[in-house]
Amino acid sequence: MQLPIYLDYAATTPVDPRVATAMAECLTIESNFGNPASRSHQFGWKAEEAVENARRNVADLLNADPREIVWTSGATEADNLAIKGAAHFYHRKGKHIVTSKIEHKAVLDSCRQLEREGYEVTYLDPDSNGLISPETVEKALRPDTILVSLMHVNNEIGVVNDIEAIGEVTRRHKVVFHVDAAQSAGKLDIDLEKMQVDLMSLTAHKLYGPKGIGALYVRRKPRVRIEPQIHGGGHERGMRSGTLATHQIVGMGEAYRIAGEEMHEEARRTLALRDRLLRGLEDIEEVYVNGDLTHRSPGNLNISFNFVEGESLMMALRELALSSGSACTSASLEPSYVLRALGRNDELAHSSLRISIGRFTTEEDIDYAIERIHYAVAKLRELSPLWDMYKDGVDLDQVQWAAH
Amino acid sequence: MAYSDKVLDHYENPRNVGRLDDADANVGTGMVGAPACGDVMRLQIKVDGDGVIEDAKFKTYGCGSAIASSSLLTEWVKGRSLDDATQIRNKDIADELGLPPVKIHCSVLAEDAIKAAIADVRKKQEQTEE
Repeated sequence: MQLPIYLDYAATTPVDPRVATAMAECLTIESNFGNPASRSHQFGWKAEEAVENARRNVADLLNADPREIVWTSGATEADNLAIKGAAHFYHRKGKHIVTSKIEHKAVLDSCRQLEREGYEVTYLDPDSNGLISPETVEKALRPDTILVSLMHVNNEIGVVNDIEAIGEVTRRHKVVFHVDAAQSAGKLDIDLEKMQVDLMSLTAHKLYGPKGIGALYVRRKPRVRIEPQIHGGGHERGMRSGTLATHQIVGMGEAYRIAGEEMHEEARRTLALRDRLLRGLEDIEEVYVNGDLTHRSPGNLNISFNFVEGESLMMALRELALSSGSACTSASLEPSYVLRALGRNDELAHSSLRISIGRFTTEEDIDYAIERIHYAVAKLRELSPLWDMYKDGVDLDQVQWAAH
Repeated sequence: MAYSDKVLDHYENPRNVGRLDDADANVGTGMVGAPACGDVMRLQIKVDGDGVIEDAKFKTYGCGSAIASSSLLTEWVKGRSLDDATQIRNKDIADELGLPPVKIHCSVLAEDAIKAAIADVRKKQEQTEE
């Protein structure tokens, strides 16, 4: 076992060796280095062929048409292009957008920008399990609503929204539906023939592909239009200019091809590891799983250890690479906005860990993590005045804290 | 974030962890911070007949820097008079531990804690004298 153990697959994943090999074949003079936009020689044609193969691999994983895939630099750019692009195109129809409070910052900040431009945004509250129901979406729609943007899988708590059901609502109301699928593509089944999603953001680096490449799915039937946000040579049917990064695109294509073949087996394996981890931690007193456990991406566990502060917990777990919901690195000391939106109190939000499991995680890794977490929680509770008070039967909500 | 060796040392081997009997008139307790802010410190001191701090204990809920700040403080105050202990400034703690700017609030909290503990024990002693 090699330390530290990587348990942060929701942040990024290592590139699969098969992907790295495919990418390396698109760089040097001996290999496929051409500009896919060069129409006048075979270097260009060969690069274009590689890009189009990759486009087909990405489309196949989603049961989409390759012509519906627009390459971007990643999911953040895809979110920006989808939200600002659709809002700018449909502004004459209306200026109201619906999203949720627990979206990724790429979505929330794009919406904030549109608010500065005069659009109105409704931020939906998830239920206490982190889910947004189709009914909640429908209630928020207005005659001037032009766009709904919701994530498929939440990056912090891994919960899965029913985008098929939400898509029925938005289609019935003729509202464009954007889904950020950065955390779900290649992990959960996505069938865009069945799901009435109009725009879908994708990335490579959460699926064992390289960083710096992603895509936006833009539906052709019924046709969805977006205003480009980057202007230039008119690449990607005018929706996103810029020379295509052949090696990155080939990497994403290979990663998505592998996912298409292996995702079901991999989901079974990661879910078994996640359950093993959960079983190993459940016997600790005062632990809470954040977010719905059934409607959840297989590799995610987000769990709070009451009366223990997240950052010190991470410090005690330096052999484990994972994330905390506590951002005690700024003067504001804000706990995770996602956990807050679920109605978790500040203590529980501050005491959370996100553990995400992936392709290269082993049972041995999980068992070691369980042992370390038990030790760290016990050690920090020994140090915690809140734990003392809890054990003395003090109701912490009744204490007058000298907030600073 | 990278922690200094001194923060790591106090975090790994915190000094003077524990509780003193709050019912004792010679024990002062300073409880500062709030769970909502991500840190709570409980610092307790016990003074002898000459007003010298003979023992100090702490428990802290918070990040590594908060734990280290309170642990260091308990080391520093032992053997000092109350007047002397009030002279400890957060800057001294931050400098000693090499805290980065985003962690200065941890040392501020430690200064608040010792001041509160001193005020508490003085109040108790005045009451017993009355």
